[in-house]
Amino acid sequence: MSVVVGGDGAGKSTLLRALVGLVRLSSGIARRPSKREIGYVPATAGLYVDLTVDENLAFSGRAYGVVGSALAKRSTELLERIGLAEARTRLGGQLSGGMRRKLAVGIGLLHRPALLVLDEPTTGVDPVSRAELWRLVSAAAADGTAVVATTTYVGEAHRASTVMLLEQGRSIATGSPSDIIAAVPGKLGVVRSTSQPEGLSWRWGTTWRVWAPCDDLPEGAEPRQPEFEDAVIIAALADEQKV
Amino acid sequence: MAMLAQVRSLTMRFGALTAVDSVDLSVNSGEVVGLLGANGAGKTTLIRLLLGLLRPWSGEALLFGALPSMSTRRRLGYVPQTLGLYDDMTVQENWTFTTAAFGSARACMPAGISGSRKELVGTLPLGLQRRVAFAVAFSHKPDLLVLDEPTSGVGPLSRARLWQDIRESAEHGAGALVTTHNMEEAEQCDRLVVMVGGRVAAEGTVAEVIGSRTVVQVTCDDWRRAFAVLDAEGLVVQAQGDVLRVPGSPKQVEALLARHDLRGAVATVPANLEEAFVSVASGQSRR
Repeated sequence: MSVVVGGDGAGKSTLLRALVGLVRLSSGIARRPSKREIGYVPATAGLYVDLTVDENLAFSGRAYGVVGSALAKRSTELLERIGLAEARTRLGGQLSGGMRRKLAVGIGLLHRPALLVLDEPTTGVDPVSRAELWRLVSAAAADGTAVVATTTYVGEAHRASTVMLLEQGRSIATGSPSDIIAAVPGKLGVVRSTSQPEGLSWRWGTTWRVWAPCDDLPEGAEPRQPEFEDAVIIAALADEQKV
Repeated sequence: MAMLAQVRSLTMRFGALTAVDSVDLSVNSGEVVGLLGANGAGKTTLIRLLLGLLRPWSGEALLFGALPSMSTRRRLGYVPQTLGLYDDMTVQENWTFTTAAFGSARACMPAGISGSRKELVGTLPLGLQRRVAFAVAFSHKPDLLVLDEPTSGVGPLSRARLWQDIRESAEHGAGALVTTHNMEEAEQCDRLVVMVGGRVAAEGTVAEVIGSRTVVQVTCDDWRRAFAVLDAEGLVVQAQGDVLRVPGSPKQVEALLARHDLRGAVATVPANLEEAFVSVASGQSRR
């Protein structure tokens, strides 16, 4: 499972669209399985609001050649998993936001793709539905599906084996979460004060975190082992300094 | 510490649905309170009651010791999820309009956004739009901030900068009520209130909300098969790379793995905030 972390406008959706072949590359290459082996769930869609749950699955099934008893069996299995077995005749548009996202991912998984590509599957989804969604996605990964997902929640990067931090269309760090922490240059410290310390600093709760890329930490700062969230902010700060 | 917002036995019904059910809540001066809840838990209704946009069915919502009114509104800074800016007006026009409405026309536009004063709000990147929405909502130096998903969709650095603004206001004596689905954001609050089905199901500091909750952590050579085994048992198993975390008892998990000839390290570890929240929201017991 690979997760791409970035804010709005960082280029996450374009990266995924380039990966699945929906936009032409200006340069470089994108290697991917054939279209039939990809399950792609865009950020804002993934299902038809004016089709029922069953019709949505049947439509996608037809497109990918999953029909008849294979469709019936796979649909039942997926709907039981995502808790929609009782809602087969409901319209997509009548489902709650969390349910809609789960169904969209379910539709993406219908034809057992080799590569599942999810654009912000959990944005705006509450933590309870989010846990269920990730359970569904991890189950697919455990079953051998390669997963690429984007997110704006830094905490979700922990779920991945590989993380990419994206900022203004550029990758500013890649690796496992522990690789990214280990690659943090300089020193990180905590300052307990209400006034902003000198140097590069940001708020954390009632304290400040201060990062010294080359020199020593300012006086009064307690050194601290960076956590993943610190590493992400430092990568963004380092990138900003460069630009 | 002055009590800025106080909600007592607040109840709101819509037909058969009790959206907010005997809720007590307070926000004090200098304090950042996080309001957590699944969708439909009653957070938005609670905020609408507090802002005076809805009349309570029973109980009361007091702002600065009085019922919500135009004069309490003057002391309030509200940033809705949709930001509440005019997309087809420039940053300067949005600023001028809001400061005029709040009678704070002499306020000074913060340096972080004044560079974009001539740009149409709708053309700015979302992170900057949020900074503008914050600046506008903070321009009349409100005593109470109500922020609905304040950093949704913004990158980590912009998020840290928005929190800098929130903290600065709190240090000047304002209080803040923040709703969020983002657990890193929730961890920055002084106190959390967790709503489930219209009621307050847990509250306190992050450590208090987590309490003694634990999860079972499984490190196994074959994480994929271990995941499938735990998942098939109906457990809400979560993968963090190749480490699995699952609610339940270590003995049960060990027995399950042994039954499928899976070997691995099983340990009981403290739950994180997200796991504690899911446990509270799905009504599981503390242990």
